[in-house]
Amino acid sequence: MNAAVVVFPGINRERDMARALTLFSGSAPTMVWHADTALPDGTDLVVVPGGFSYGDYLRCGAIAARAPIMDAVRAFAANGGLVLGVCNGFQILCEAGLLPGALMRNAGLKFICHDAYLRVERADTPFTQGYKKGQVIRVPVAHGEGNYVADSETLARLEGERRIVFRYASPDGMIDPEWNINGSIYAIAGILNERGNVLGMMPHPENHVEAQIGCTDGRGLFAGLAQHFGSSRG
Amino acid sequence: MKAKVFVTLKSGILDPQGKAIEGALKSLGVDGVLSVRQGKVFDIEIAGDDRQRAEAALKEAADRLLANTVIENYRVEIG
Repeated sequence: MNAAVVVFPGINRERDMARALTLFSGSAPTMVWHADTALPDGTDLVVVPGGFSYGDYLRCGAIAARAPIMDAVRAFAANGGLVLGVCNGFQILCEAGLLPGALMRNAGLKFICHDAYLRVERADTPFTQGYKKGQVIRVPVAHGEGNYVADSETLARLEGERRIVFRYASPDGMIDPEWNINGSIYAIAGILNERGNVLGMMPHPENHVEAQIGCTDGRGLFAGLAQHFGSSRG
Repeated sequence: MKAKVFVTLKSGILDPQGKAIEGALKSLGVDGVLSVRQGKVFDIEIAGDDRQRAEAALKEAADRLLANTVIENYRVEIG
């Protein structure tokens, strides 16, 4: 798995992401600076990590989405390359037009920083094949703007084309407003693009991969990707 | 030339910040406030005095960066 992690000024989860990718693929990802105009040769996964690119100025992810490297990321995605955006990375991919919709201020107006429960809606994608359909995983969130919105036509397509991959749920997998931490429509925590090669999600699977942390529910995503690229360390 | 670009949330998009401001105004007892939607204003200086060119540039600025047209509308005002 030749992963590239895109680094923007103000991003702060790139090292956590690199660590998780290294643990499961056996090789360290290449860190790519936002002002670069090309991805390394042989890149097969691009990850846009979390943080606060450009201090969340204008709108979260808005300025990063227009950075020079994003043209290369767009071209990579258009060629079918896998792209993963987490947290601010999800916001950036939406702002870049690689994913539909937008992420608004949390319904409760507060920055949310705790674990959330996600129901895995699909296990037949390169990103989620390390999980079982319907499995509930516990993954940390840390965001102020994770409240997913889209117009009704987009939402109908997301549902109809099974592109909602993760939903906020109760620990036993019920979709309930009480457990929809940020007010996202349809409890959306993660979605795929139309072609299925770009995934955006607000929670941070890269922070639940090591037993010392107390939970390893994030492993499935990285193990699944490593398996997809045939570079699993077992 | 001086110009302004107003960016506002589309109707139907929930505006939790506007709601919080609305609640604060009501708790202050400001008379007659029914609802609040918040937005942004950009004060922009444009070189030259060609209004048509300025308008085209401002629209490009709004479409490409200042507004996210998935959730926001914008209006350009010159002069």
